[in-house]
Amino acid sequence: MAAFEFSRTPIQPEALRARLADPACGGYAAFEGWVRDHNEGERVRRLEYEAFEALALREGERILAEARARFGVTRAACVHRVGELAVGELAVWVGVSAPHRDEAFRACRYIIDEVKRRLPIWKKEHYASGDSGWVNCERCAGSGAQPHDHTERHAHRG
Amino acid sequence: MSAAPLYGLVLAGGRSTRMGADKAALAYAGRAQLERAMALLTPHVARAYVSVRADQTEDPLRARFAQIADTHANLGPVAGLLAAQARHPDAAWLVLACDLPRLDEATVAHLLRARAPGRAATAYRSSHDGLPEPLCAIWEPASGPQLAAYVAGGGECPRKFLARADTELIEQPDPRALDNINTREEYAEAMATLTPDSGGHPACRISVQYYALLREQAGRREEILTTTARTPRELYAELSTRYPFSLAPEVLRVAINAEFRDWSSPLAEGDAVVFIPPVAGG
Repeated sequence: MAAFEFSRTPIQPEALRARLADPACGGYAAFEGWVRDHNEGERVRRLEYEAFEALALREGERILAEARARFGVTRAACVHRVGELAVGELAVWVGVSAPHRDEAFRACRYIIDEVKRRLPIWKKEHYASGDSGWVNCERCAGSGAQPHDHTERHAHRG
Repeated sequence: MSAAPLYGLVLAGGRSTRMGADKAALAYAGRAQLERAMALLTPHVARAYVSVRADQTEDPLRARFAQIADTHANLGPVAGLLAAQARHPDAAWLVLACDLPRLDEATVAHLLRARAPGRAATAYRSSHDGLPEPLCAIWEPASGPQLAAYVAGGGECPRKFLARADTELIEQPDPRALDNINTREEYAEAMATLTPDSGGHPACRISVQYYALLREQAGRREEILTTTARTPRELYAELSTRYPFSLAPEVLRVAINAEFRDWSSPLAEGDAVVFIPPVAGG
């Protein structure tokens, strides 16, 4: 089974955690990204994730391989949702097992940061006001050639 | 006897001394001359190479193409020919200089039709001095040992070599097509007369997939189109005339065949292109 995957159905962290079990490991760290009910002062009702999966799967595996090599962790995995998600749902899960806790924490942080920065995945927020918008895209468009900084701070409605 | 397989070589190992700038990188009609020459050559040959000096192999423009590095230093264009013939002695070589901005598809096609595989080479007679033009010519395998012997005897001039060799000489269909440029003034004149066009580049079929905001603005997920765009940059400009894209290229990334690529990567028949809007995973 691939270490990086997309899921169209709710992510089951317990099953994923079991995959990382290893007798050589004394530490396990996981990160869960949840759909929150607000962004940039807007109330968020639901959202959609869309991915360019052929490239994202390759790049996702590269990120996990980098984490294993850089931090010496034993196992690393990541699952990202695509499709429609409700507030409170699990959008992304990262898990790492390692001989010691420090490398597990650091690898987990590295993976989620790189996933957010590098993978061709897009998020459309649907707001309580009835508006919707692609996060990170709408204001870039309005301001012309401003380089995208890969954070969500300037998400806006479309 | 059957003709030897035809390989292609663009000579880009010159020092561009008189120009004072790399002639391979000079742009005409929006595209570096090395790219234009490779685009002209590639459809006609089984394999296409750029000939470089040993110290140019890391140059980003030249590194986009398969390379053959010179094994002789300070020998001029003959060094590129010797290295190519040594690498593939059984191939014939369609050789192009990279300072011929007016060279067009018609001139290359005419040369190919006139090819005489049983002779040492097929070359145009210069419209200026009547001598063979060695750097828009077909060099047959038989010319290899002869050229090596000529160089071993102290010769360095491919024009003189072809003048003495068994060369099929043909007339230029366009007398200016082989005018090379060596100075800033010649470059300026050539630039002024060359308009943006396909530069002899054949149209190719490209598939484009759209995601997120671009999918909504294009009103479709995917299409296959026939285009003369040579790079993703040109393709995005073409698509922007058709769809109300609001994202500037500066905020997008490009993938070809599901790998990240540069905006200036050459596009080839059958490529699958995706323009990647700012991402928001996690």
